[in-house]
This record gives sequence, structure tokens and C-alpha cells, in this order.
Amino acid sequence: MTSREQRLATTFVDLADTLVANFDVIDFLHTLAARSVELLDADAAGIMLADQRGGLRVMASSAEEARLLELYELQSDEGPCLDCYRSGRPVVRDDLVAMRTSWPLFTEQLQALGFHSAQALPMRLRNETIGALNLFRLEPGRLNEADLRIGQAMAHVATVGLMQERAIAASELLATQLQTALTSRVQLEQAKGMLAQRAGLPMDQAFQLMRDYARSRGRRLSDVAAQIIEGVLDDEVLRKDRRTRPTSPRA
Amino acid sequence: MRDQRVVEILSGLAHDGEQVLLPARLCMACLSALPVSGVGASLMTAAGPSGIVLAATDERARQLEELQFALGEGPCVEASGSGWPVLEPDLVATGSPRWPRFGAAVLDAGVRAVFAFPLRVGAIRVGVLDLYRDTPGLLTNRDLAEALAFADAATAVVLHMQDHDGYDGAGPALIGSIDSRAEVHQATGMVAIQLGVSLAEALLKLRTHAYATSRTMSAIAADVVNRRMWFDGDEVGTTRRRGPL
Repeated sequence: MTSREQRLATTFVDLADTLVANFDVIDFLHTLAARSVELLDADAAGIMLADQRGGLRVMASSAEEARLLELYELQSDEGPCLDCYRSGRPVVRDDLVAMRTSWPLFTEQLQALGFHSAQALPMRLRNETIGALNLFRLEPGRLNEADLRIGQAMAHVATVGLMQERAIAASELLATQLQTALTSRVQLEQAKGMLAQRAGLPMDQAFQLMRDYARSRGRRLSDVAAQIIEGVLDDEVLRKDRRTRPTSPRA
Repeated sequence: MRDQRVVEILSGLAHDGEQVLLPARLCMACLSALPVSGVGASLMTAAGPSGIVLAATDERARQLEELQFALGEGPCVEASGSGWPVLEPDLVATGSPRWPRFGAAVLDAGVRAVFAFPLRVGAIRVGVLDLYRDTPGLLTNRDLAEALAFADAATAVVLHMQDHDGYDGAGPALIGSIDSRAEVHQATGMVAIQLGVSLAEALLKLRTHAYATSRTMSAIAADVVNRRMWFDGDEVGTTRRRGPL
């Protein structure tokens, strides 16, 4: 197998592996976003999921830019992710002209952040669409067919994983899980802010640091965030920072 | 994205008249929107129960809130600590083992189901919204969604009252305060470090500063995150300009 094929195989195993004791929704979604950028011809990725009230929420992104774009989609109520969630189907446009026609406000923001292409793949199982995976490119044009298929397969496996996780939980977890995931999400942002301030880092590098740390020690991202907030982890994370290679933001 | 239902609930409170305190109005609105018998809201702190009952729809609900503080156990203590909603649809079947003392008391009071929703802003524990019912049974998904919306509204009410010194005049300031953009939370974390205070205090500082300068939370948060604004320890909300990182 080529290294990309090996990486793909690992990714599918990771995305299917949700029946573990310390499963963490946010961490899982960040994995999906990060692997999408790594394995597909995309420069940034973001994931929105529907909460219990049917409203879409930005749950994870590979870079701050992707998060900003998704938030902008929600505010302006237009964009590929929304169309994708509403239709349950992949949403792609051939070029910027077609994008501008469909989503004038969103496309303007997209370009302002340096991107020239955006597409969305549904996170859907049978008739239920629970969210969408957004893929952003610096270069104009859509993903090639092979990448689209792989991206859709990743989104699908991730959806099955999430549904499985939701299905095995007790009924109260089922109904409130996303709410709790939102609390973790907010906590993650608070921890990012604390770390960014203490280490004098931009926000996305602070996040990268937390992620790398969690990854390398097999820890949950939410737990790492909680420990940063409690003030028991900061120094250790920073020490690791000095050893890591300089981060190059994707976008 | 604003959660439409939360905005509706808060707008409803604003129009419900000013004679009754805001938390009491919220509990009453929650009681009429959901198939429950009583509603109570209590303040929590990082250390645990504060002992302060914000509001209750009736005397029994108030007593049950206070009892949880006295015993140090019960759904509200558990929900606040874990950050998870605690849904106990059949107290006869499960109540006693889960909370030996509170379980017995709540059954004596005639309550058969209890649903507790943590009011939290990430790691910041604000309070708990407790719903009590005289009959057993699960909340439907629709009811759960409604209860979660009321919990969000209650969180907004508590924060609003904190930065308005307990004054509870509702209106635009209340509804404008439910901004939950990522930058607001990131800025909260940064200000906590800048001032050497808890996240709860940092959020309060940001909110009072927004209120005092008539700016939105997201505008101030963006300034903090982009290092255009800095909170100083000497005076409340004092800022000094600094160059970008």
C-alpha cells in the first residue's frame, strides 16, 4: 500500500471506532476535519452538526478560517453547508462565478479569507441528515471525483460512528449529548484563550498545541482543555511547544 | 447563530411585566411551556451549591432546592458538577439508591420525576434549572428541546443579573447578551489570565465593559483576541492599547 492508502485505512478505522469508553465527540469531529485536509485536496475543513433543536452548530474545524466561514454561513443563512444539510446531498459548484450566483455574501467572505472554492458533503445515514462536512480550497475549482468519493465515504463512516455512539447511550444521553458537546466546545475555546494568552500565541497555534499534546499522550481533548482551565497543565504543554516544529497554518 | 427559541423566551419575559423578578418570570414561563408540576432555579459556583435559590414556582419547589443544598446531594448538585442534564423520570424506581436522603424527601413531597439542567458557559458554572413533576415518565424529545432552550434562557438571565447588579430590567440588553461566538469564550480565557481571575469573573468583566462602553460583546472579544485591547488589574475594565502580537 502507498502511505496515503495506509493513512486512509487508518482513518476509516479511527472514524468507525466510537464504541470506546472514553469517546469524545469533539475530538472525533476534529479528527474528521484534520484528516479531510490531510487526505483530500482541501486546505481547510469544518463540520456543522444539527443540535436537538434542529439548529446547525459549528462543531469542529481544521483552522480558524474554516470556523469563521462556517459561522458566517450560519449568520448570513447561505452557503454550501446549509444547502447540503437542508437537501441531504453533496453541494459543489464548478467555479467562483457559479458560487457567487448561489451564495453572494458567503463567496465574498470566502475570498476575503483567501479561499476560492468551497463544497459540502452531507453527514447522513439513511433518511437522517445530522450535519455536513465543509471543504475549502485555496485554488478555484471543485475536488476531483475520486477525492469527493473518499470525502463522502469518510463523512458517512463518521456519521455511522456518531449514530452508533448515540444509539448505545442511555436515552438521556441521546437527547442531550450535543448540548453537552456544546459545553465542551465552549470550554475548549476558553482553554484556547487562556493558553494563547499565557504562551503569547495566536489562537489556532494554541489549539494546535493542545491537540498535539492530547494526541501524543492519548488524552481526550476535552480533558486537556479542562486541565488547562484548572491551571494544572499549562507548563507541560508549553515545554512541549519548544520542542515542536514551527506550525504552518494551512490557510 | 441565535437560537430562535431562546430569543423568543427572553423576549416573552421582557414583555411579562416588571412587577415580578426576572428569574421568577422565567420559571413561571417554563412551567407553563412544559408538562411539569414545578420549576426551581438555583445559583451554583465552581465550589458547588451556592445556597441561593434564584426562584421557584411554588413553595415545594423552593424547599426541594434548599434541601439539595442542605444535604449536598440531588439532581441539581449532580447536574452542575458533571455538566450533564440529570433526567430521573421515575423516582420511585430509581430515586432512592441514587440520592439516599434527597430521594426519600422528594418522594415524601409527592414528586415522581425530576429533570435538572446545568446552566453553564463552558467551564463556568452558573446555576441549575430543576423541573419537578408529580407523575413519572420521560420528557419527550420536543419537551427536552424546550427545556434546554429554557436552560439557555436561564443562563442568560443569571449572567444579565450579575452584570446589572441584580437589577432585572429585561429588554434588548438581555437578549443581546446571548452571543456565544467562539471569540467571546476565547477572550474570556485571555482576560482570566490577564487579570489573574476565574473564568466567571473574566466573563463578568467583559460583559460589564461591553455594557459600560455600549459596545457588543463580540466587538470587544474580537479586540481582545486580536490583542488590540488588554484588561488591566488596577481598575475595573481599564484597557490600554497594545500593538498586535
